[in-house]
Amino acid sequence: MATQHSRSAARLMLAPAVVLLLGWMLVPLTLTLYLSFKKYLPLRGDSLQNGLEWVGFENYARFISSSAFWPSVQATLIIVGGVLLITVVLGVLLAILLDQPIWGQGIVRLFVIAPFFVMPTVSALVWKNMLMDPINGIFAHLWRFFGATPVSWLSDASVQSIILIVSWQWLPFATLILLTAIQSLDSEQLEAAEMDGASPLARFFYIVLPHLSRAITIVILIQTIFLLSIFAEIFVTTGGSFGTRTLTYLIFQRVVDSQNIGLGSAGGVYAIILANIVAIFLMRIVGKNLDR
Amino acid sequence: MGHIILENVKKRFGEVTVIPPLDLEINDGEFVVFVGPSGCGKSTLLRLIAGLEDVTGGRIIIDGKDATSVPPARRGLAMVFQSYALYPHMSVRKNIAFPLRMARLERAEIDRRVKAAAEVLNLTDYLDRRPGQLSGGQRQRVAIGRAIVREPAAFLFDEPLSNLDAALRVGMRLEISELHKRLETTMIYVTHDQVEAMTMADKIVVLRAGNIEQVGSPLELYRNPRNLFVAGFIGSPKMNLINGSIAAQHGAETIGIRPEHIFASSEGGEWHGKVSVSEHLGSDTFFHVTCDGIPEPVTVRVGGEVDLHYGDDIWLTPDPNHLHRFDTQGLRVA
Ligand SMILES: Nc1ncnc2c1ncn2[C@@H]1O[C@H](COP(=O)(O)OP(=O)(O)OP(=O)(O)O)[C@@H](O)[C@H]1O
Ligand SMILES: [Mg+2]
Repeated sequence: MATQHSRSAARLMLAPAVVLLLGWMLVPLTLTLYLSFKKYLPLRGDSLQNGLEWVGFENYARFISSSAFWPSVQATLIIVGGVLLITVVLGVLLAILLDQPIWGQGIVRLFVIAPFFVMPTVSALVWKNMLMDPINGIFAHLWRFFGATPVSWLSDASVQSIILIVSWQWLPFATLILLTAIQSLDSEQLEAAEMDGASPLARFFYIVLPHLSRAITIVILIQTIFLLSIFAEIFVTTGGSFGTRTLTYLIFQRVVDSQNIGLGSAGGVYAIILANIVAIFLMRIVGKNLDR
Repeated sequence: MGHIILENVKKRFGEVTVIPPLDLEINDGEFVVFVGPSGCGKSTLLRLIAGLEDVTGGRIIIDGKDATSVPPARRGLAMVFQSYALYPHMSVRKNIAFPLRMARLERAEIDRRVKAAAEVLNLTDYLDRRPGQLSGGQRQRVAIGRAIVREPAAFLFDEPLSNLDAALRVGMRLEISELHKRLETTMIYVTHDQVEAMTMADKIVVLRAGNIEQVGSPLELYRNPRNLFVAGFIGSPKMNLINGSIAAQHGAETIGIRPEHIFASSEGGEWHGKVSVSEHLGSDTFFHVTCDGIPEPVTVRVGGEVDLHYGDDIWLTPDPNHLHRFDTQGLRVA
């Protein structure tokens, strides 16, 4: 982008993408904002044709004062945080493991990546019915085999179960990104550290982990964006009960179950605000790794 | 400290033998240079000494103790890598301090040693920078700094100057030589640049395909190359190697004569030829001469500026005192 000419050419070529992205984002965003200030109950005969009643901030006030609001924010943060923790820690370990020359490396890598290609709905169903079912699930059989009482995962340890399922889905993503990062580590650096007297553990903490910091940052940022809006996993397994009602799920219930589109839209705006708070928070903590 | 003996050291990678059994003794305080063409096993040999590769057979003895199965950190050797291998996320200070921190030295002692090393290497102003903010030469010095703070029994250098430009290389060459004079520590230095080998070494080890072709001081190798390979490898420009009837006249299969040991004249001499390419370096001029009866062009050095051009007649006379004779096996004949 050195010359005037190449700069303006670049702008011209970027323009369609920018316009498309803006339209993509702005249309739903404005519509959500617009609806959040209206009373819109389709079952009561409200419709866009007849014009909607302007209610000011009433939807916002109602959404936030509902007893389900703060628990849902909490559930969202716990699930996102738990999944991030598990995927990053296990992702780093798996990436190191997969980087070792092992027999059948290609196949093993394929297996590790596979969960990412399973649709969330399908994987949630598999987990719910095949693994976690308290009577017929594999876990239940395993527990009984060892003489323990089977756990009814989705009601007694519901949040943990959701975290487990979602982590299983996102672990491949984290592993893949971290694996490519590990492969770009100069082996001479590790050898130099070895000669400098660093134990394997010291090499991990002083050389490998700092080298991975940028990749970890990227994994955290990208995953957060997607994890804030997980839906299918909750819908299929607990249906939002047992403390697994995230903000996304609460909005869905307001719009679909109680057919209150105005209220749901106000919730959507809260979700945007929450996402931004989380994003700012993350950028503060880990974002400085990116501009190195 | 810094006396290294290799006994029957062997290295195989799978089916490929990189180092056939090899013996070598490196004395305390010596500056030893490994030279050889690319792929001959110089780096491998150095890494075997460092302990970064396991030997397939044989023993490595450092200061009288068998170090064959001692892990690299405990051999008391420090290595400077070709890529410098600095830790990019640490400041220069932390890079240099790293081996000391790993050895769990006291803070004050670490600071003292880092400061001393930085002074020796002119790095004091850069201690708080990251490696990415340094020039190639400075990075090289940081890598050396990280090696000297450990006060090792011997330094191992793997082509440390090959990433630097020509001028900087000359400067760093001198600095490393000076460092060696000052520290009097054993240094093992790998290069395929024979100017580095000639100027820095106390002892040169010429390697070919993992075999030691000759060991000796730079001048020994220059004066008495043991075989054709060493003759062709040491010296710049290369020694002229001549076969056939001219060699037979001197009672050898091949004769070798260095460009600086041929007397050139435009009036008369032993061999007649025509000038093809001439290279003027200012102080010297090198002529490539196509001689009658010699298939390869003969390189000859002429002092200063000489007014001879392409196609001119020239007569060459080799200095009989500096004529090297080799037999059919390529070995030197006395
Ligand atoms: N890990 C390895 N596995 C298999 N072969 C190897 C390995 N490392 C080196 N080799 C082989 O060993 C031989 C010697 O390699 P080495 O790196 O010691 O050469 P070198 O003399 O340092 O060359 P250069 O001057 O190019 O650095 C080469 O033929 C190389 O292909
Ligand atoms: Mg090498």
